[in-house]
Amino acid sequence: MTRTATDKLMTVDEVVARLRPGMTIAIGGWASRRKPMAIVRAIARSDLHDLTVVTHGGPDLGLLCAAGKVRKAVHAFASLDTIPLEPHFRAARQAGAIEDEPLDEGLVHLGLQAAAWRVPFLPTRVGLGSDLLRDNPRLTTFTSPVPDEDGEHELLVAMPAIRLDAAICHLNVADRRGNAMFLGPDLYWDDLMLQAAPTGCRFISAEKVVDTAELAGHGCLHQMRISRMMVDGVVHAPGGAHPTSCEPDYPRDEAAQRAYADAAASPEAWAAYRAEWVDVPEEEYQRKVREGR
Amino acid sequence: MSATSATRAEVCVVALAECFRGDGEILANPIGTIPMIAGRLARATFAPDLCVTDGEAALVDNDAAFVAPEDRVLEYWNPYRSMFDWVWSGRRHVVMGASQIDRYGNQNLAAIGDYRRPTVQLLGYRGAPGNTINDTTSYWVPRHSPRVFVEQVDTVTGVGWDRAAALGRAGRFVDVRRVVTDLAVLDFETPDKRMRLRSVHPGVTVDDVVAATGFELVVPDEVPTSRLPTEEELRLIREVIDPEGAREREVPTPA
Repeated sequence: MTRTATDKLMTVDEVVARLRPGMTIAIGGWASRRKPMAIVRAIARSDLHDLTVVTHGGPDLGLLCAAGKVRKAVHAFASLDTIPLEPHFRAARQAGAIEDEPLDEGLVHLGLQAAAWRVPFLPTRVGLGSDLLRDNPRLTTFTSPVPDEDGEHELLVAMPAIRLDAAICHLNVADRRGNAMFLGPDLYWDDLMLQAAPTGCRFISAEKVVDTAELAGHGCLHQMRISRMMVDGVVHAPGGAHPTSCEPDYPRDEAAQRAYADAAASPEAWAAYRAEWVDVPEEEYQRKVREGR
Repeated sequence: MSATSATRAEVCVVALAECFRGDGEILANPIGTIPMIAGRLARATFAPDLCVTDGEAALVDNDAAFVAPEDRVLEYWNPYRSMFDWVWSGRRHVVMGASQIDRYGNQNLAAIGDYRRPTVQLLGYRGAPGNTINDTTSYWVPRHSPRVFVEQVDTVTGVGWDRAAALGRAGRFVDVRRVVTDLAVLDFETPDKRMRLRSVHPGVTVDDVVAATGFELVVPDEVPTSRLPTEEELRLIREVIDPEGAREREVPTPA
């Protein structure tokens, strides 16, 4: 008898159908690099709302803020890299339109790791002395029960687990079962986000979807960092990170990113951008990108 | 070429390079154009064991600051997550920017106004709390002004000396070393760790710096002029590290 593995291939709309209003969703990538924008655009078009977004923020966070999908942002920053400040996120913050749960980048790491390891918190000194403890009431301090190298019981911060309801990431190449590889310089926090999310709601999109036997040939062993044990759905989405970079498949599309950023100038500019680049099926978006503007 | 022909930007490069003197074999992580040039200058001269990044995910051995990916001399794969291994183990000296900074070196990168509903949303906390509580930190302010040097920052993202002192033992790794600007070099080498004017760049007066600072600086009786680049340093900056002159775009020399 031959074994029949679960085929996890699905469409972006099938991913969105598994999500619910009010969910806490982690979005992979970093700033304007390898963001799962095809899925993000589908969320922006959907009737989802009141989402909590956990992200090293880029146009994922900004687009969802502009589309009115975000109740709360859990983040250390939001940037478009070549445009230092994320304009749509900025506008939402300055309008008081979203709640904000600030963290240090390293605390995001610890919070995801704690969730993945099923412990309530991890200890750190990050945050002590800063206003994070003022601005993020989920952070608390405690006296270490274990002495340090000098026998002292020092003050530490308890970084609580960032409990997720779902995670979405974009990778370079995957198989239909959810094994995937990053081929660019950095995995970012993609694996940890997928490990921190519950079974059933862990989704990746990928530039290429290949047979398992062909997967390793696309890179080297050390790049095989996403296991099918972390993944419940695989979307074939060529160009799915656009306009963010997806090295080595493509660099950031600076002109497209500029058009997106300029759309933060006014409600009219956003409406026009939205009609042309968000409220269209992904296939049409990709066709317009290919044909140039 | 002579040292007296140094531009303001080149004086800033040397002042920032000096921040790393004596650091040994750690990650010098200067963020920004002039700081990046400065880190490479320090390594090319008096701090040869420093490690520097390519600005993305690698540690590189090149002296040139801006090289094509295929021309990098790679030393180590350093994805973002590896950065915390350096930061949390105390093997990094970062040079950050500051939208606001106060007399004890508390830094704000996050937001202007009330954090809950800011008048201006800036970058965010980024890595500033973790950088400052764990490692030596210096700051680079390319436009020295009272809007940056303020009595009180609106949000403390980077921890300063007064807050470190209040933490006691938990603040023992805080080391805010220098603040370098387009006008001057400042440090905290005072009994109460208040910011002190360490030197003024050539062509800048003490009064210029005082007027551009929104709080009372500690000003010694004699304020030296910032060190000029040596001829060898100028050659390295102009011919090897930054031949395209990116530094001059960040700090134009005053007319």
